[in-house]
Amino acid sequence: MGLTLPDGGAGTEVSTMSPNWVTTRLDFLSNWGRANSLWPMPFGTACCAIEFMASAASRFDLARFGMERMSFSPRQADVLICAGRLPFKLSPVIRKIWDQMPQPKWAISMGACASSGGIFDTYTMVQGIDTIIPVDVYVPGCPPRPEGLIYGIQLLQKKIKGESFLDRDLREEHLLRPDGLFLPAEKIDEVSEPFGNSVHQTRSA
Amino acid sequence: MTEASPSVAALRARFGGAILRHLVSCGDTIVYVEAARLLEVMTWLRDDPGQRFDYLTDVTAVEYRDQERPLEVAWQLRSLGRKADLRVKVELDQRQPLVVASVFDLWKGADWLEREVFVMFGVTFSGHPDLRRILMWETYAEGFPLRKDFPLRGHFSRAEQTRQALSANAEAHYSLEELSIAAAYDELPADMKERLAHGERGGVK
Repeated sequence: MGLTLPDGGAGTEVSTMSPNWVTTRLDFLSNWGRANSLWPMPFGTACCAIEFMASAASRFDLARFGMERMSFSPRQADVLICAGRLPFKLSPVIRKIWDQMPQPKWAISMGACASSGGIFDTYTMVQGIDTIIPVDVYVPGCPPRPEGLIYGIQLLQKKIKGESFLDRDLREEHLLRPDGLFLPAEKIDEVSEPFGNSVHQTRSA
Repeated sequence: MTEASPSVAALRARFGGAILRHLVSCGDTIVYVEAARLLEVMTWLRDDPGQRFDYLTDVTAVEYRDQERPLEVAWQLRSLGRKADLRVKVELDQRQPLVVASVFDLWKGADWLEREVFVMFGVTFSGHPDLRRILMWETYAEGFPLRKDFPLRGHFSRAEQTRQALSANAEAHYSLEELSIAAAYDELPADMKERLAHGERGGVK
């Protein structure tokens, strides 16, 4: 996908098969099914989870998008929705849940804290869950209203409908690297830099 | 109410010099006690028929920005029968090791409260049966987060924090071992019994 491969990767094999009428029809069918029966793995840690519950309840009704079944086992889940801040102490947990989810799988980072650490630029907090697991859709807000989450889910559905089974990279498992991190260390430090109001707080030794 | 609790006069009569001073703040009486005689004073406060402080509401610590001032450990006592409160404090010199007696033998509720003060302030409670970290994970190596010399974002870089957090064993923090399991000891798996037998948790046989 134009990105450099992690060290020790087998290298990209260029598919000899090019998209044709059969493969695109198959893609259409499988993507239609996948996009409309996303089973969420709710990972609710904070106030975003309240909005997530509201999204699932009758007024907003996620069932309209094929998400009526909350999958409290990662083994049967399709999309991990991290609703709320993620402390460092929980990071091995979300990593384990993500590793337990079978392909195809996607992740939604719901709210400011899950996406960037939010106001919690402190010693306890992961500065964005994308330093732990790959994320497909970020939903901004503090917390996002149910409409916001539903819009994020629709974006994910749109993304799924554009996938092709010829693209093997899509289904590649992104495990932890040999150094025990998901992203390179300098990348984590870069995305975790203070921003906004928190630049006024200095990091003392 | 600006008058000191009658317990102060009783304490002075009983212990004399061990009661260093007292003050009334926002209607609450605060008694400063000599650290060496803390356990003696606390035992008397709990058992004396005139005091009957049978409930330990909270244990916490205070560190002041002024480095010259000692670190204070505070016990908030409540007598359920008499509907009376008393706050007992001990001052610990920051240049010395921060050690104070545990009141676990008087109030079992002190167990987790003292562990919290231990992990956040680094105060060691001598005589506590199981003084492990409770909020941060067990291998946490950055120090004591609520001390004034602890930077808001922690000592380590974000990448290092992420690496250490991800390398933690997720299962270890949410096992039955965190709970008081002496009663369920016979039903535990053999490997857990084995670990407990070697004193990982002091309270179990």
